[in-house]
Amino acid sequence: MSLLKLEHVEKYYGNKSSLTKAVNDISFSVDKGEFTAIMGASGSGKTTLLNCISTIDRVTAGSIVLGDTDITKLKGKELNKFRREKLGFIFQDFNLMDTLTAYENIALALSIQKCSAKDIDKAVKNVAEQLGITEVLGKYPYQMSGGQKQRVASARAIVTDPSLVLADEPTGALDSKSAKMLLERFNYLNHEKDATIIMVTHDSFTASYASRVIFIKDGKIFNEINRGGDSRKQFFDKIIDVVTLLGGDMSDAL
Amino acid sequence: MLFKISLSNIRKSIKDYAVYFFTLIIGVAVFYVFNAIETQTAFMAVTEDKREIIDVLTKAISAVSVFVAIVLGLLIVYASRFLMKRRNKEFALYMMLGMSKWRISALLLCETVIIGVGSLVVGLLIGVGLSQVMSAVVANLFEADMTNYKFMVSNASIVKTILYFGIMYIVVMLRSGFVISKCRLITLMNSGKRSEKIAMKNPWVCMIVFLLSAAVLGYAYYMVGWNQADLDEEKIVIAIAMGAVSTFFIFWSVAGMLLRVVMSAKGVYHHGLNSFTFRQISSKVNTTVASMTVICLMLFLTICTLSTAFVIRNSMNSQVEEYFPVDFCMEAENQDDNNDPLYTDIDDCFGDDKESLYNLMGDHHKFHIYTDADLTFVKSLGDKYEELKKEIPEVGWLEYRLRMVKLSDYNALMKLFGRKSIDLAENEYAVCATYNTIVNVYNKLLPKNNEITAFGNTLVPKYKKCIDSFVCPTGMADSFDTIIVPDSVINESGAGGEIIVGNYKASDKKGIESAEKALKEIWQKKMYGRESSIRGMHCLDTRQEAADNAIGVSALVTFLGLYIGFVFLVSCGAILALKELSESADSIPRYTMLRKLGVEESEITKSVFRQSGIFFLLPLLLACLHAYFGMRLGKFVLDMLVSGSFIKPMFFTAAVVVLIYGGYFLLTFLGSKAIVKEQK
Repeated sequence: MSLLKLEHVEKYYGNKSSLTKAVNDISFSVDKGEFTAIMGASGSGKTTLLNCISTIDRVTAGSIVLGDTDITKLKGKELNKFRREKLGFIFQDFNLMDTLTAYENIALALSIQKCSAKDIDKAVKNVAEQLGITEVLGKYPYQMSGGQKQRVASARAIVTDPSLVLADEPTGALDSKSAKMLLERFNYLNHEKDATIIMVTHDSFTASYASRVIFIKDGKIFNEINRGGDSRKQFFDKIIDVVTLLGGDMSDAL
Repeated sequence: MLFKISLSNIRKSIKDYAVYFFTLIIGVAVFYVFNAIETQTAFMAVTEDKREIIDVLTKAISAVSVFVAIVLGLLIVYASRFLMKRRNKEFALYMMLGMSKWRISALLLCETVIIGVGSLVVGLLIGVGLSQVMSAVVANLFEADMTNYKFMVSNASIVKTILYFGIMYIVVMLRSGFVISKCRLITLMNSGKRSEKIAMKNPWVCMIVFLLSAAVLGYAYYMVGWNQADLDEEKIVIAIAMGAVSTFFIFWSVAGMLLRVVMSAKGVYHHGLNSFTFRQISSKVNTTVASMTVICLMLFLTICTLSTAFVIRNSMNSQVEEYFPVDFCMEAENQDDNNDPLYTDIDDCFGDDKESLYNLMGDHHKFHIYTDADLTFVKSLGDKYEELKKEIPEVGWLEYRLRMVKLSDYNALMKLFGRKSIDLAENEYAVCATYNTIVNVYNKLLPKNNEITAFGNTLVPKYKKCIDSFVCPTGMADSFDTIIVPDSVINESGAGGEIIVGNYKASDKKGIESAEKALKEIWQKKMYGRESSIRGMHCLDTRQEAADNAIGVSALVTFLGLYIGFVFLVSCGAILALKELSESADSIPRYTMLRKLGVEESEITKSVFRQSGIFFLLPLLLACLHAYFGMRLGKFVLDMLVSGSFIKPMFFTAAVVVLIYGGYFLLTFLGSKAIVKEQK
């Protein structure tokens, strides 16, 4: 059953004389419980696409339907409510409040939904355990490593139990060990908690943790591969093949 | 080229500069308006007495202006330093591109000149406009004729304003040039990386510091609020120092504790944006403890100055009516070598002018003051002296012969004053006074049925309270005690000085004026001539003089109070606004993130409002508390000068504070809201 459905989404920048088609007629759908990676070189339009899905940006044409609401039609308060309740964000640069502790950062996502303090405490401790950050809950962002920060950010994204988790280059600022640890947590959330995740990345290794990879080039879908029964290693090789096919553009992103 | 860069720099950082510029304009305008009073009043047709008062006023204003200039100068230096710090990265970029330090200094000089000239021009224009309004206020106050009025510009004040502010700007330029020449590229480049360390203070240390400083503050409050009699200059300085230091530590500890307290209430802390809001506030208060202290003390000074000024003004205006119910009061008293009174006949003093003098008078009453060498203040207290001295320490400083009047004289006077007459039995006496301390002494003494002995007669008090009245009007509540005794008790040998109290024959304004002039002439001629030959004292008080004096004093205190209050409030507001606005600019990414998390716009506005609100409210609250106890001392000191309630003056003070300080708060809130608004 498809949870997210994009139909002929287009996003143009600029004016008539110099038009940039950042997203040019993209359609695909994501099922509930799927872990999708979107790959592409810098400038291919993958982040723009994610921003459109996350309602941070508006589409020029086309529709994006999550569950049974067309999110391109939402406005003002509905938009805020939608972001609050249906989406979880993970950013490349963590975007944690530097003035708050890890606990408070995670709790903030719940408190703006007006949850009671008791429920908040339970939910935060629960999610912290799943992501292995229980011991850093009392620390401030500047006291944590990059990997810990990103896991706190992930905890904040999923603590509200969103329909869709959106991750923009989540491993971009992490060393390989932390990246691996984070992605294993994503897998855990995906398998055990049935979380639907869309992740934008240009890194093949990161993408190989997903169950499905969509390749984007010049604002269009170039290819799509499914993991099926492959092991992660096999899936990684397949991704490399496509990247090679994509040409020199992506080679620098390996 | 330099000029172009500086202009675009100013335009770019207009949000940072707006409050600074606005404050400079207000500073210039206020400075001009008050210094222009001299020119603005020069044309007014007023009496000589009032002219003198205006001269005193302008001299006082120009003296205070030096102080005001220093305060404004410090504010400008502080603000420019603050704004420069925010641009360190920009300077680093210039340096990396190879711009010399001289060129950067020149760039800054250019900017300061643009801002300085701009603020002077705009400020002076506004000042010239406002000073016309000021003329009307002054004219109204001094009951001057406004028919000759024309639009006026005070060149002297313009020159003075430009000179004073020019010096301030030059100091700023020199300072920033110096700072630039000393700074190093690496420190400039790293300055943007603010250490985001959140230093949580140990709550127990905070608690102990808080309790200690609260105790010290409490003791200082006790010293000025209740134990005033024990105060001397040294102790007042100590109390103020204690207050200032404990203010600093209270802010220091509250910054640490406030958050802890809110955090412990989990339901409150994790509700909406509360956790974010309180963290923001606590980090702000944490980094601005010193400025908060200065602001709090300045607010305290402002509140005290303003309310004292309004108290004096208020009571001055009403007192003359109450305490000078007749047109004049003249007294002459010859004295022996010990300054003790001798029999005096006031008519003798006037000699051949006696007739013309009495021709000026309408209803009047002439009477003698009687004294008995064996009846002095201390002797009249008898064995209650020590006890009273303990309760009212001033009693220890007082000793004089008690002044007595005959009951018949007293009742005649009261009829003239329109006050209540009294009855006394042969063995009774009564006391009247208006000076608070003396009234207190008798209100403690009379209920104990204190007996006195006058000319060998023992008398008991008729009333349990001191009568709120006087025999010699002064225009203020400062009359000492007068003992009223039955006529039969008086021994004529005790007669001393003689007094005439009364009204002029004339009752219209013109007639009173000419009568007063004639009276004063005679008085001057006869009394000053007499001085060298006969030892004694003499005085002439008139209602007109008392009223002029009251206007003068009230104008003086009102103008000075408003001047100082205005500048202080503007300085406080400006510092807080600058801090808060720059803090908001630094927090833009945080608000962007909140929006991504789906926080409602109204919630963000609420959070911004709370942040600026608490930031502005904290120093004001403590200042109000300080002021409450400070004014207890003020009330004590002003006892002799004023009477009447403190409520109305406090209301006026609050209105001024709310207007200016509140204005800055509103400006800050709206500015912050605009800064954190979503950029599209």
